Amino acid sequence: MSAIYILIGASLVVATGFLIAFLWAVKSGQMDDRYTPSVRMLFDDEIKISKKQNDSSLSNEQEKKELN
Amino acid sequence: MPQIVDVEEKLICFHCGELCSDRSIAKEEKVFCCEGCKLVYEVLNENNLCTYYDLNTAPGVTKNAKSSGKRYDYLDDPDISEKLVEFKNDQLFKISFFIPEIHCSSCIWLLENLYKVDSRIIESRVDFPAKKVFIKANTSIKISEIVSILDLIGYEPRLSLDELEKKDTKSFNKSLYIKVGVAGFAFGNIMMLSFPEYLSVKDDVKSFGIFFQLIMILLSLPVLFYCSADYFISAWKGLKQKFINIDFPLSLGIFALWGRSIFEITTGSGPGYMDSFAGLIFFLLLGKVFQNKTYEYFNFERNYKSYFPISITKKLKNGEEQIIPLSKIAVKDRILIRNNEIIPADSIVIDGQANVDYSFVTGESLPQFKTKGEKVFAGGKQIGGLIELEIIKEVSQSYLTRLWNDFIVSKNRENRLTKFSNLVSKYFTLAILLLAFSAVIIWWESGLYNVISVVTAVLIVACPCALALSAPFALGNTLRLFGRNNFYIKNINVVEDLSHVDSVVFDKTGTLTENQEIGIIFEGMELTDHESALIKSAVKNSLHPLSKIIYRYLSQSAELKVDSFDEKPGSGGRALVDGSEVLYGSRSLVDKIEKNGEDKDETPWGSKVYISIDSIYKGCFRVKNKYREGIEEVIRETSAKKEVYILSGDNSSEMENLSKLIDPKRIRFNQSPSDKMEFVDEMHKLNRKVLMIGDGLNDAAALSKAEVGISLSDDLMNFTPASDALIHGSSLKLLPGFIKQAVSTMNVVKWSFVISSIYNIAGISVALSGNLSPLFAAILMPVSSISVVIFTTLGTFYTAKKHKLSI
Repeated sequence: MSAIYILIGASLVVATGFLIAFLWAVKSGQMDDRYTPSVRMLFDDEIKISKKQNDSSLSNEQEKKELN
Repeated sequence: MPQIVDVEEKLICFHCGELCSDRSIAKEEKVFCCEGCKLVYEVLNENNLCTYYDLNTAPGVTKNAKSSGKRYDYLDDPDISEKLVEFKNDQLFKISFFIPEIHCSSCIWLLENLYKVDSRIIESRVDFPAKKVFIKANTSIKISEIVSILDLIGYEPRLSLDELEKKDTKSFNKSLYIKVGVAGFAFGNIMMLSFPEYLSVKDDVKSFGIFFQLIMILLSLPVLFYCSADYFISAWKGLKQKFINIDFPLSLGIFALWGRSIFEITTGSGPGYMDSFAGLIFFLLLGKVFQNKTYEYFNFERNYKSYFPISITKKLKNGEEQIIPLSKIAVKDRILIRNNEIIPADSIVIDGQANVDYSFVTGESLPQFKTKGEKVFAGGKQIGGLIELEIIKEVSQSYLTRLWNDFIVSKNRENRLTKFSNLVSKYFTLAILLLAFSAVIIWWESGLYNVISVVTAVLIVACPCALALSAPFALGNTLRLFGRNNFYIKNINVVEDLSHVDSVVFDKTGTLTENQEIGIIFEGMELTDHESALIKSAVKNSLHPLSKIIYRYLSQSAELKVDSFDEKPGSGGRALVDGSEVLYGSRSLVDKIEKNGEDKDETPWGSKVYISIDSIYKGCFRVKNKYREGIEEVIRETSAKKEVYILSGDNSSEMENLSKLIDPKRIRFNQSPSDKMEFVDEMHKLNRKVLMIGDGLNDAAALSKAEVGISLSDDLMNFTPASDALIHGSSLKLLPGFIKQAVSTMNVVKWSFVISSIYNIAGISVALSGNLSPLFAAILMPVSSISVVIFTTLGTFYTAKKHKLSI
């Protein structure tokens, strides 16, 4: 059962790690604005998609040209 | 059967979504409502920023009425730029702007891609809830250039005098989050360590008991000394003022919990209640987070400084124009004021026709006409052409500024939970102390150890955690519900104050009436189409605001050729249209020709415009205030239970309309800002609790004096006087519902107090018998707290639905 000592110790270390991460997040201002990042996150995707669409439309055109 | 639907094709501006009159302004098959919108599109198109239009349809803000191409050179003035810049080194600087136009994801995207427009902008970040953009830029770019770029793409930053005074309000929130984090961490870990205790697996892990308990004590220390410090401080402050607030029994309970746990652990007599202790603090702090919802982008403390612009156009002696910061303006300076600009200081008209709208400052609904040599006061807004003014008083000495500084008192309602829960807690604390004392007597004979254990058990179980949670959750939830209905209150205390209100005072101009639209009616002979056309054409060239309203009123009529036109400021005008002579203006001017009007009152050319055509008196146009939708219903419903008063800075022309709604004795006209404030004072002497609703600076003093002051605005991003709450014009019709909801919320709080006392009584009876086990405490505490939270949340939702608020 002495394994418990190590396990408890390990779990506390992990939990403390999360606590420190949380404190750092608050102090570095990540909690100041809890809305914008959720929107910002979606932009990158959309831009990539539109690029892909452009690429695919380009390749379509190329295909058409090749067909012609 | 297939349905055939006629879809009328509407021309919608590609940039802002407003209806376009025709296809005249277009580019690449895209139609725009104005050149401004087209320009923004072109700029974005050039810089490959058209994703802006992919994210949302027509995301822009119309540039129609906005002045564009302003000069921002004054921002580079060292005095101003130093205050605006937040950080600066050799390579870069950081600056932030408040941009009220930020409203959708496209705005965020565009503003965060500013570097594509100008590569000297290194990075830009948007804080959407605060409607701010934070820009990091190379020092080679000037502030004025950044602002010009923002203006060009349709996001003109708000630059008013008070932007120069930066305040940081976020530090409190941050420390609260940290406290919640620490308490949650301790709560979770202590709970895990106490688990063997709950399951009574004592035999197996007995040897670990001491080790576990040592860790628990270590974990509990930051919770006691850091997380719950606020409660002790508040309780101590209360005691010093000989006042028992709710934090006092809380602190007692916290100390008893922690002290007894330490005692049990160190003496080995029991496992202690460290889990309940950490959980209690965690829940209490969560309640605090919930009640501290704030509306960051609304400023409840605005003063006259945010009403004034940051800069002004000065006319130099050699005739040149220069834009200078407002702070550098001095007496005898000549300044230029354009259409829709605000006069920053008391001054004299030197050139041009001043047509000053004082509705915001004095409550008069009609603009005042001033010519050369007449005095104009600070705070008025010029409507019409360019005027030249000479300053006669400094900004800080002007009428408006003095008015503000003399009367505005700031209300101090911070640092208290609610009056009601503090009142309850006084009796509650007395009852607990009495109980603890009787426990001492009952158990005295069985020894000191038993006495201590029972007394601490009573204090632990009686700890009013559910009591302390009910008010923050009920009031906090109502605050959010109000917000969803466009009624934004400063903090939860306003809900309680609102529930006690027994008199409601309305301002008229801009509050009961709509500001933008001044209605007009014609009294007299019926006009033929031709006559309407004659009048319309005659007033077309007039500068007077009423003429413009008449022109709009007759917009359906045809326009005829005007042969000659002559206007005398202050009295009226004469025009020859299509061979007919049209006279319009004051009674005396029109009366020279025809004297058969029955109306004898000598209203100056202000609220009435008399008309004669070819020397025949036709009648007069009379200004009629347009009331907000549903206002009658609001006043009727409010006056059923409360006394309703109307104070107006305007003349008594609306008496007839208003007296239909309430007793004429309760309506007062020609009220100056200080009259309104004194009225509120009088009401206080009669022991009345006043709710004041106003929109302008003229109401500011009264708003600050009243128990609850609500400022009303149709654009909440615009300037509103300091107040306890902001309401959107369209939500005024919900006002009776808001007041009822405030009352209901307080009832919910009272009922949840009853529920939590039931838990307390149950717990105390167990405690008095001396059988309080840690498991029982660990279960009772969260169960009572959670059930109170659920009850208050559901209760406030239910009452809000009953009062027809959207939830």
